[in-house]
Amino acid sequence: MTTTVTVGLGSCGIAAGANKTYDKIKALKESENLDFSLKKTSCIGMCYREPLVEIVDDTGTYIYGDVDAERAIEVIEKHVNQQDPVRDYIVYTDLFDAPENGFMNSQVKIVLRNCGYMDPESIDEYEAREGYQAMKRIAEEKIGADQVIETILKSGLRGRGGGGFPTGLKWKFARANQSDEKYVICNADEGDPGAFMDRSILEGDPHSVVEGMIIAAYAIGATGGVIYCRAEYPLAIKRLNIALGQARQRGYLGNDILGVNDFNFDIYIKEGAGAFVCGEETALIASVEGERGMPRKRPPFPAESGLWRKPTNINNVETFNNIPWIILNGAEAFASWGTEKSKGTKVFALAGKIRNSGLVEVPMGITIHDVIMKLGGGIKEGKKFKAVQLGGPSGGCIPQYLSETIVDYDSVNATGAIMGSGGMVVMDESTCMVDVAKFFLDFTCKESCGKCTFCRVGTVRMLEILERITNREGREGDIEKLEELAYEIKDNSLCGLGQTAPNPVLTTIKYFRDEYEAHIIHKKCPAKVCRPLLTYTVDQEQCTGCMVCLKNCPANAITGERKQPHLVNQELCTQCGVCYSKCKFDSIILT
Amino acid sequence: MTANEHLIRDLVEKHGTNRTALIPILQGVVETKNFISDTDMTEIAKELDLSAAQVFGTATFYSFLSTEPLGKYVIRVCKTITCDMHGKRTIIQTIEEMLKIKVGETTPNKKFSLLETNCLGWCHEGPAMLINEKPFTGLTHERVHDIISDYISKL
Repeated sequence: MTTTVTVGLGSCGIAAGANKTYDKIKALKESENLDFSLKKTSCIGMCYREPLVEIVDDTGTYIYGDVDAERAIEVIEKHVNQQDPVRDYIVYTDLFDAPENGFMNSQVKIVLRNCGYMDPESIDEYEAREGYQAMKRIAEEKIGADQVIETILKSGLRGRGGGGFPTGLKWKFARANQSDEKYVICNADEGDPGAFMDRSILEGDPHSVVEGMIIAAYAIGATGGVIYCRAEYPLAIKRLNIALGQARQRGYLGNDILGVNDFNFDIYIKEGAGAFVCGEETALIASVEGERGMPRKRPPFPAESGLWRKPTNINNVETFNNIPWIILNGAEAFASWGTEKSKGTKVFALAGKIRNSGLVEVPMGITIHDVIMKLGGGIKEGKKFKAVQLGGPSGGCIPQYLSETIVDYDSVNATGAIMGSGGMVVMDESTCMVDVAKFFLDFTCKESCGKCTFCRVGTVRMLEILERITNREGREGDIEKLEELAYEIKDNSLCGLGQTAPNPVLTTIKYFRDEYEAHIIHKKCPAKVCRPLLTYTVDQEQCTGCMVCLKNCPANAITGERKQPHLVNQELCTQCGVCYSKCKFDSIILT
Repeated sequence: MTANEHLIRDLVEKHGTNRTALIPILQGVVETKNFISDTDMTEIAKELDLSAAQVFGTATFYSFLSTEPLGKYVIRVCKTITCDMHGKRTIIQTIEEMLKIKVGETTPNKKFSLLETNCLGWCHEGPAMLINEKPFTGLTHERVHDIISDYISKL
């Protein structure tokens, strides 16, 4: 029997202790001279079950979850030595019902086709999974650049970074512009709070991004390539460097690539330095050029005048990852997934109050409800699903009653949110929507580059209003003022950051106006999040009279004797919340 | 030549004198000594034939290019909403109590700086933080206590 044991060593696996699991299995294999091959792979998306160990033998595929070093000994002993799979720990298999079968089987893996199935640091394994075959086919069958662009156009692929602009069209424009130098840039400056799909792709399948870029370079006639990766992703940068080195060695990068005359192309990595706005394409270009990362006016678009004022094509990581698959499987196969105007699949990062947080790839057209309830396993701790924030700080909140909205660019836009890069932050009944809006605005306000007055000053003014509202100082007319400022900022900002910054506020006002009113008029926070709006009282039955709250209260608002229930004097209370956080007996009631 | 001048000369040799080299050079300085001083900036400006103001402008734009001295270990706690939902405040509180500094400050012995940072991409396993380049995730009061104690014992 041939057996392969693979340990997931993505960042999430390592964080969960997968290195220890790997070392243990390696030690067992060596000390007992066991007959199986041991491999490493990256994140498969089931981050909530890490460390994961996959065993493939003649009978089938089995994935074990939560495998710490101790469990690893048991699994190897029973499964490998005695051919007796340990059913209790199996989370996925193609042989019988396992807890995560639904999670795996409802996905369609095009972008994540290799993530979790191969060693990302091995070009051999990538090649064994049809890697670089797409570029080879183009070279061998002498498929012209125009034909490549035609295929991408026909596939209906749209930019996965957020904008949703047709990729083929972008390439066509860049190709049409004549110049001695042209560039291809991969935007890996994923900064949306709640999004981590690009990190997982770069860590799990870096070669596929490189191959996508090579094909783009061939199509538009580029001479140089740049991957702009954020500094917060050290492992992704390391793996990209390895992949680029290997690709150069095999002749996928360099001169006369794969025998195509005069096709000279190489890629270098440009490490970001911590500025969210650099995810905007013209700011990204400024940053590569060594300037402050401030956006430029468009037009001219980068396809005409980009890096060093030369025609430049910029796509996102996920977009590039689709390219080799489309070339190999055809535009029709890609377009068979999805809706009329949004083809293919989309990777979503699930986070927040969701049971199974991690990465999923689903066909466009699936409902938000299915993503959260079926793949995400519903809400944590049995709480009620309230809303989901789609598209990070540029997106908006979609309320529970609109969760039948399907996932495609146009349907999501119609709600006031945007698809964005695919981060889904799930919120339950204990989340305050005004607080959420405040969080995102605080983010964009600090990340505004300062070039446009409306974005620079307007976001600060909006934030001040939100701070007042959550601080018990809301006034009548605040909602209208917020809306007025929001539209001014949207209309008068140069780049996407400013144009979309008010979206979280606008959508929460649209769908949760009653919560804003409760804060402003009734001075209440229905979700019990905004401390200044809460009333603190002592549960007279629960209180043990330990005097901890009394001693810690900075306003001396609590009175009582030892071992007697205490009381809060509402006139003195400043709603600071110290009593609530100090009480060990859950005796402080918030209303 | 001072050690700093040597460092900058080496970085210029490695990255060149093009404007594109500016950020990599600044990153190199931060990597070695954790922050960029005014003298470093004028030195770099001279080497790249830029004005000191241009170097200052670029350096102060990016949050990872600190122009203030930072500690040997820079702790960056992710301040994103998902980490916040999972108890980021407790993590900050724990670190503040252990190191006796507030967010944005450096310990008097120049060993630790505590900062907040934008999304680290660990939303599914928050709260998360970076200590220099190393990420720590799924933090709890106890875990962060152990991690910081470990770093203190390394001093």
